[in-house]
Amino acid sequence: MLNERIWVIIPAYNEQDNIFGVIKSLQEQTANIIVVNDASTDRTQEIVESLGVYLINHLVNRGQGAALQTGTEFAFKKGARIIVHFDADGQMQVEDIYRVTAPLLNQEAEIVFGSRFLDNKSKIPWTKKYLILKPAIWFNWFFTGIKLSDAHNGFRALSRKAAKNIKIEQDGMAHATEIIDQVRTNDLAYTEVPVEIVYVQYGQRFFSGFKILWDLVLSKIIRK
Amino acid sequence: MLIQIILLIFIIYAVLKVALRYKDKVISLQEFVVWTIFWFMVGFVVILPETTSLVANFVGVGRGVDLVIYISILILFYLSFRILVRLDKIEKDVTKVVRKIALSKGEKEKDEQS
Repeated sequence: MLNERIWVIIPAYNEQDNIFGVIKSLQEQTANIIVVNDASTDRTQEIVESLGVYLINHLVNRGQGAALQTGTEFAFKKGARIIVHFDADGQMQVEDIYRVTAPLLNQEAEIVFGSRFLDNKSKIPWTKKYLILKPAIWFNWFFTGIKLSDAHNGFRALSRKAAKNIKIEQDGMAHATEIIDQVRTNDLAYTEVPVEIVYVQYGQRFFSGFKILWDLVLSKIIRK
Repeated sequence: MLIQIILLIFIIYAVLKVALRYKDKVISLQEFVVWTIFWFMVGFVVILPETTSLVANFVGVGRGVDLVIYISILILFYLSFRILVRLDKIEKDVTKVVRKIALSKGEKEKDEQS
């Protein structure tokens, strides 16, 4: 069983096919599950309600970054000490939550990033790996100053301190880079651990990278 | 020329619309004055297009029309940027509201369940 101070946040948008299985397997390890339903138009909400986990609903769709931030704020109200970001699409492995939270429990870091590239377990489609993910790693390094082996992995664990200091303002997928950027600006100790991602579908589409680029450039130009 | 007549008709229509908006208190006096002056300047250029050539030669551009186009493009880029910034702010504000509602409902439901 997972440490009771750990809370798992699952941002979900139209995951009626996967959410049941994901929650069921998580429930074997913990009861601290928060699903943030980002205004799904399918039966996601219904399915989650039947499972008896914490469910927060966005009235209108805001994006995965926004859903994670909402879930994090709710987790704080529940007294969470460690926050885990976990995808609703069934690609992440529940056992990896132990790996991802270990450095936090040992107080070796404030934030832990899961990586597909530290071992060879994840079978990643060739085009995705070399045409999208590798360039993304360089781009993130250029943008944030931090070089991770896996730039765009949604599997993360944050200490309470890290989660409080990192305010996700990028509602869309650019939040991944934004989080890394804030790790640098807040000078948080970070580390990576290998996780296994199982690909059933391709994942994000090819051109979403350009949207992310646009969002990030815009955020740097527009000062708050 | 025909184009001048067409444009002038459009300008008169635009000024009337601006005046109506001011009368209905949709826009402020300041906006009314600014837009009226703007349309009068446009009208001036339409009636006497040679003036643009004078200005153009003064700043070193070949044709008056070219100058008008350059300036228009600059203004449009600037306005577009302003719109993007505004849009970004609105999106973030919407998220704040959606989050507030989501969290307050989340608290309530769980309390009712327990």
